[in-house]
Amino acid sequence: MPTATSRGDLISRRDVDFLLYEWLNVGALPARERFAEHGRETFDAALDLAEQVAAEHFAPHNRLADTCEPTFDGERVHLIPEIGAALAVFAKTGLLGATMDAGVGGAQLPSVVAGACFAFFQAANVATSGYPFLTIANANLLLTHASSELVETFVRPMLDGRFLGTMCLSEPQAGSSLSDITTRAQRQPDGAYRLFGNKMWISGGDHELSENIVHLVLAKIPGGPPGVKGISLFVVPKWLLGADGTLDARNDVALAGLNHKMGFRGTTNTLLNFGEGRHTPGGEPGAVGYLVGAEHHGLAYMFSMMNEARIGVGAGAMALGYTGYLKSLRYARERPQGRPPAGKDPASPQVPIIEHADVRRMLLAQKSYVEGALALVLYAGRLLDEERTAPDAAARERAHLLLDTLTPIVKSWPSQWCLAANDLAIQVHGGYGYTREYDVEQHYRDNRLNPIHEGTHGIQALDLLGRKVGARGGAGLTALVETITTTVGAGRAAGGELAPFADQLAAVTSRIVDITAALGAEPDADACLANATVYLEAVGHTVIAWLWLEQALAAHGRDGAFYDGKRAAARYFFRWELPRTGPQLDLLAALDRTTLDTDPAWL
Amino acid sequence: MNIVVTVKQVPDTWAEKKLDAADKTVDRKSVDNVMNEMDEYGVEEALKIKEAHGGEVTVVTMGPAKAVETIRKALSMGADKAVHLTDDSLHGSDALATSAALAKVISTLSPDLVITSSEASDARGGVIGALLAERLGLPQLTQARKVTVDPAASKVTIERQADNGYALVEASLPAVVSVVEKINQPRYPSFKGIMAAKKKPLTTLSAADAGLDAASVGLAGAATSVVTAVPAPPRSSGTIVKDEGDGGTKIAGFLAAQKLI
Ligand SMILES: Cc1cc2nc3c(=O)[nH]c(=O)nc-3n(C[C@H](O)[C@H](O)[C@H](O)COP(=O)(O)OP(=O)(O)OC[C@H]3O[C@@H](n4cnc5c(N)ncnc54)[C@H](O)[C@@H]3O)c2cc1C
Ligand SMILES: Cc1cc2nc3c(=O)[nH]c(=O)nc-3n(C[C@H](O)[C@H](O)[C@H](O)COP(=O)(O)OP(=O)(O)OC[C@H]3O[C@@H](n4cnc5c(N)ncnc54)[C@H](O)[C@@H]3O)c2cc1C
Repeated sequence: MPTATSRGDLISRRDVDFLLYEWLNVGALPARERFAEHGRETFDAALDLAEQVAAEHFAPHNRLADTCEPTFDGERVHLIPEIGAALAVFAKTGLLGATMDAGVGGAQLPSVVAGACFAFFQAANVATSGYPFLTIANANLLLTHASSELVETFVRPMLDGRFLGTMCLSEPQAGSSLSDITTRAQRQPDGAYRLFGNKMWISGGDHELSENIVHLVLAKIPGGPPGVKGISLFVVPKWLLGADGTLDARNDVALAGLNHKMGFRGTTNTLLNFGEGRHTPGGEPGAVGYLVGAEHHGLAYMFSMMNEARIGVGAGAMALGYTGYLKSLRYARERPQGRPPAGKDPASPQVPIIEHADVRRMLLAQKSYVEGALALVLYAGRLLDEERTAPDAAARERAHLLLDTLTPIVKSWPSQWCLAANDLAIQVHGGYGYTREYDVEQHYRDNRLNPIHEGTHGIQALDLLGRKVGARGGAGLTALVETITTTVGAGRAAGGELAPFADQLAAVTSRIVDITAALGAEPDADACLANATVYLEAVGHTVIAWLWLEQALAAHGRDGAFYDGKRAAARYFFRWELPRTGPQLDLLAALDRTTLDTDPAWL
Repeated sequence: MNIVVTVKQVPDTWAEKKLDAADKTVDRKSVDNVMNEMDEYGVEEALKIKEAHGGEVTVVTMGPAKAVETIRKALSMGADKAVHLTDDSLHGSDALATSAALAKVISTLSPDLVITSSEASDARGGVIGALLAERLGLPQLTQARKVTVDPAASKVTIERQADNGYALVEASLPAVVSVVEKINQPRYPSFKGIMAAKKKPLTTLSAADAGLDAASVGLAGAATSVVTAVPAPPRSSGTIVKDEGDGGTKIAGFLAAQKLI
């Protein structure tokens, strides 16, 4: 019988503690001024709090929110009440402002710790976590780029949990290609703007969970430069506010309909019409919007938050993979089925399936994916902290460069491989995994979104190969290779099985350097980028192999099942996974043209 | 109101609990430890009384160094200060020894009200509240599902949970009250509370600091001892009754054989 999700089923706290304190040395961060109010005890208390609230208020309605999809009666959106109740508890804890400045009521928690905290919520209920996820991203953007007046009006109530936020980029005809958006913003005599257009796929775009919804909307001001250089960013609230901050008039933002999704169902997903005249604030149609920063810089503002948002997506994918792994592990320990190949005596009792090597293969694969992904997203969070608070400018710059380069991988690798982990979690459950009695099928469906939104897998690949590794004369890749090389040195010095793993990693890394140079020298851009996804995946696997060597080094010389588990997963990754890069790198080295030369008519 | 609330760190309820093979005490090292869940209700009640009547909430715990985590949780929920009694010699204290040690510490705090929860989830003795009252020479009000304090009249009234209803019990202050889960909904700590907790006063006492005689506490001073312990047998697979038209009769036969009917 399936059992309810408990705290121990979300993400291993032991693993989080290992990565934060035994590997990333997060315990040293309070020495920095920004984190001076913190210490190991506040970090631990924050993690305890997150784990407990996630288990008690987010996990229990995860399935219910999936079965009772949001509905729209033409006027209002209906959601199960548990979502609003969970968000109220979340807001009360102060987690919304975890990383923000004390000046706005934030706790100035390091990003790496806050990311770990948030991951518990994503593991417990990724859809309900979607609301604070978007609200935090929205508030961070406004805090960085908006006037103090906009911050006062909109960010304060968001941090109090009274308003929720959205990000409105995509349109029906413009998803990957934002330069083609058509929503326009018309400047008004009073300095405000009126927006007209349709936004598609907007998560949290409408609901009754909060007093107000703060939309951040990309739109073009007529007469501006073409393409992405002519995009501006606006705050468009669902409700316009009076001078005293109370809700005044309904803005001209109308819900055209809800999208019915494969997963992530508790997060409403909407088609919003701006300025279609459903409401007429001030007696006129047009959605009233307030410009953020300067005209035509909107996409840059949006993208300045993109690293964090993309780490968040990678973290969500990791969290779903992680909880699926832990649930399938528990199942495998409890499910008796079959006997060992050498002991087929039908009178002997059946063994738990974890006794079968093939089941352990599936568990070990999951372990190596989800723990590798957790290491990746925490490392990225640590780089965010480094980028902001490292004592010297060169270290801050280097962290920025490294994070920028790694971001497509931090977003894409967990989206691909922790989804694969969910697939294996279903497989471990046998027929039961295919039913709704167990959680793992939902985790798979929820996780299937992650390679699609926040820039598809293919778009991340173009970003990595087309922009990131070549930027600043290849400085990003150089920084990554230097970092990997340091670990290789440590692995060789540690000896034992770590030495050949280090050699193996060094060999793959050096091939990547050569191939990247060759691709960079290729005059035909189409040929170079045709296999960008293969490149993304090969570099991704190499980065995770590096992180497994790092973890094995952190576990080196330490005894016990936990550390043995780290060694086993590292071994698995080096023996079973890293060799996958061989054929991928062969394809890239050969500048394979199979896909490029396939005429659409042949398909 | 000067309120003292006792808390205890216990192995997490979902963790598999084990006894230490050497001395047959609860193994606290190999598992995740958390605040005894029912103690959260005690802390919450103390905070509510303070919020209503003013005063101060002091958390008292006895436990290994790690138990400071539980103190911090109570402080981050809003308690004002804490006393942590920790000493290797206290290891293995039974309920009698524990109550003696706690009473010694609490008596120095001159409380108006002492709040405990009805039991800890590890040993489940459920007697500390009563033992403390006896040792402190204070009235005891146990199993409270509602507490009303009247500082002006210096009295406390509780609704004492009973099998089919409740009893109203009143006592003069100071008094010891033990609470049940029905009493409230404990708050979570907030980030502000977590940060503030770092700066709140925490007094750490050894057995000697507390004026305790080493021979009267810990395993040495325990009046009870665990002679032997065996793990619970794994659950057997149960009996499957196949219904071939006579299922009812078979079930009745089974129940009769178990002397259940
Ligand atoms: C559940 C959900 C929630 C979302 N939430 C939000 C939100 O809150 N706010 C928001 O603004 N958007 C949101 N989105 C939109 C999401 O970001 C887009 O779906 C995504 O960017 C892809 O755009 P598209 O759907 O138009 O697909 P398309 O851009 O049409 O892509 C279709 C396929 O073509 C490929 N492709 C497209 N262009 C290229 C190219 N140049 N080179 C190679 N391959 C290409 C893509 O990789 C993809 O495989 C959400 C989407 C979903 C499904
Ligand atoms: C939608 C659906 C339709 C079905 N229809 C039918 C039907 O019409 N008729 C019918 O008879 N059955 C049917 N089945 C049952 C199906 O054949 C079983 O689910 C399948 O054989 C797996 O058995 P299980 O679910 O008990 O999983 P388990 O046998 O418990 O397997 C769980 C996991 O352990 C692994 N494992 C188990 N034993 C070993 C071993 N010895 N060595 C290594 N690994 C092992 C499995 O590979 C799996 O990954 C159906 C199942 C589903 C989900």
